[in-house]
Amino acid sequence: MSVLIFSLFIFVLACFIGFELISKVPPTLHTPLMSGANAISGITIVGALIVAGSLGEEIGKWIGFAAIILATINVVGGFMVTDRMLEMFKKKEDDK
Amino acid sequence: MISELLPESISAYLPDTIQLIYLVATAFFIRGLKLLNSPATARKGNQLAAIGMLIGVVVTLFDQQIVSFELIIVGVVIGGLIGIVLAKKVEMTAMPELVAVFNGFGGAASALVAWGEFARATDITIFDSTVLVTTGLSIFIGAITFTGSFVAFGKLKGFISGNAITFPGLNIINIGSMIGVLVLIGVFTYDPANMTIFWIIMGVSLLIGITSVIPIGGADMPVVISLLNSYSGIAASMAGFVLGNNLLIVSGALVGAAGLILTNIMCKAMNRSLANVIFGSFGGDGGTSGGGGATGDKSVNETSAEDLAIQVAYASKVVIVPGYGLAVAQAQHIVKEVASKLEAKGVQVKYGIHPVAGRMPGHMNVLLAEADVPYDLLYDMDQINPEFATTDVVMIIGANDVVNPMAKTSPGSPIYGMPILNVDEAKRTVVFKRSLSVGYAGIDNPLFYEQKNQMFFGDAKKSLQALNEALNEV
Repeated sequence: MSVLIFSLFIFVLACFIGFELISKVPPTLHTPLMSGANAISGITIVGALIVAGSLGEEIGKWIGFAAIILATINVVGGFMVTDRMLEMFKKKEDDK
Repeated sequence: MISELLPESISAYLPDTIQLIYLVATAFFIRGLKLLNSPATARKGNQLAAIGMLIGVVVTLFDQQIVSFELIIVGVVIGGLIGIVLAKKVEMTAMPELVAVFNGFGGAASALVAWGEFARATDITIFDSTVLVTTGLSIFIGAITFTGSFVAFGKLKGFISGNAITFPGLNIINIGSMIGVLVLIGVFTYDPANMTIFWIIMGVSLLIGITSVIPIGGADMPVVISLLNSYSGIAASMAGFVLGNNLLIVSGALVGAAGLILTNIMCKAMNRSLANVIFGSFGGDGGTSGGGGATGDKSVNETSAEDLAIQVAYASKVVIVPGYGLAVAQAQHIVKEVASKLEAKGVQVKYGIHPVAGRMPGHMNVLLAEADVPYDLLYDMDQINPEFATTDVVMIIGANDVVNPMAKTSPGSPIYGMPILNVDEAKRTVVFKRSLSVGYAGIDNPLFYEQKNQMFFGDAKKSLQALNEALNEV
C-alpha cells in the first residue's frame, strides 16, 4: 500500500469520526465547539515547527517562522477563549 | 537537535516513538471533542484537547529534522503572547469576530507550512506528485480561508457592508476561478519549477476568498464562519499530506468534519441549502425590503415599563426570546436580573433560543452564560415551541426574523420555510425594539401588528432597566 493510499484511509476514517463526534452536540455548545475545533485546527503548528527548524533554504525557514506565529495565536488563543466561555456555563443547582 | 541528547539505544526508535505519541495526542483530541458534547463535561473536553496539542508540539521538537530552535522559540513566544491577549481581552459579543480571525490565521498557517516546505527545498525534484498536489491544495484552501475569514471579520465588525455586495456574473467568475486554480495545481504538479504558476495559484486563491465571501449577506455569517472553520481543518489536513504527518491529517479531518456538520445545522435552521447561502446573495443588515408589503397603514399596540411589569409579575410562565439586538445593547445582565425578580415572584421563566440567534451558532447561549443564566433554562427551538401555547407572556428582545410568521405564511417571502419560534401561540407577545424597522434579513414582520402583540419601543437595555425598576413597585 502506498503512503498516499494509507494517508487517504486515515483521512477518510477521521472524517467519519468527526461527523459522529459532532453530530450530537447540543446547540448550547455550538460556539465553544467551533472555537475549540478551531484551536485544534491550529495543529498545523506541528508542521510549522518542522519547516522552521529544519535545514534548507533560508526563505523556507522564515515562511515557517511566520506559520509558527499564526498557528500559535490560533492554538493558544483558541483554547484559552474556549475555556473562558465554558467556565461561564453553569447549572442552576450549583449557585456557588 | 534534541534527539542527540538521548542515548543511541533510544534515539534509534525515535521516529516510531514520535508517531506513537502522535497517536496519543490524536486520542486526546477525539476524547476532548467527545466531552464537548455536554455542558457538564465540555470544559474538561477542551482542556484534554489542549493537552493533546501540547503533547503533539513537545514531541515534534524531538523530530530529527529539527536542528535549530531560535526561530521556533521566538515564534511561539510572539504567537503565544498575541493569543493570550486576544483571548483575555475579547468581549463575548465579539466572539464571532475572534473565531473568524483565528480561523483566518489557522488557514494562513497551513498555507505557509506547505509553501515553506516547498521553498526550503534545495532540490525540488525530490517532491513526488502527491506532495506537489497537496502543496497546491493547501495553499488554495488555506489562502481562501485566510482572506475569506478577514472579509467575514470585516462584515461582522461593520468595516465592510453587511449587505450582499454582488454584481451579475460574480458567481460564474468565482466558480471559473476555482476551476482555473485546480487546473493550475495540475500544471504545477508537472512543472513545479515554474514559479509563475505557483504565484498565480496563490494570488488567485487569495482573491477567491474575498470575492466569494463579499456577496454573502450579513445574516448568513454564522454559516460562513462554520464553513471557513471546516476549510481551516481541511487545509491543516492537506499540509499533513505534504509533510506525511498523520497527526495533521487526522486532526485536520476531525475539524473539517465538525465544521461541515455545523454548517449543515445552520443551513437547516434557515431552511436554505448551502449552495443558496453561497450563491444566493441573500439578506443585508437592513437595506432592501423584499416581499414585505406596506407598513404605513397598520397600527401597533404600545406598552410601557409599568404596564409590562404588571403583566409579567402576575403571569405563571414567561418565555424570553433573545436575539443579537440584546447583545448589541449589552442587555444580557439586566435580562438576568429581570428574570431573577420574576422567579422570586413565583413566575416560571424560560429562554427560547433559535439556532441562528446571534452572529454564530450558539452565540446567544454564551452571552447568557456570561450573565450567569444557568444553561438548563436555555431551551432550543424544538424544546420551546410546544410550550408557547401555555405561555402567558413572551418577551422578544432584540430578535426579529426568528419570530417572523411570514416564514410560515408567506410563500413569496425570502425567509419562507425557515423554522421559527412559534411565539404567536402564546397569550401575549411583547417586542422590545427601537423602531418598526426591518430585521437582518431585510423584511417586515407582521407579528408587530398582531392584536395580542405589544411593542416596547426603545433601547433594549434601557427598556429592561425601566422594567426592572417597575417590578420593584409591583
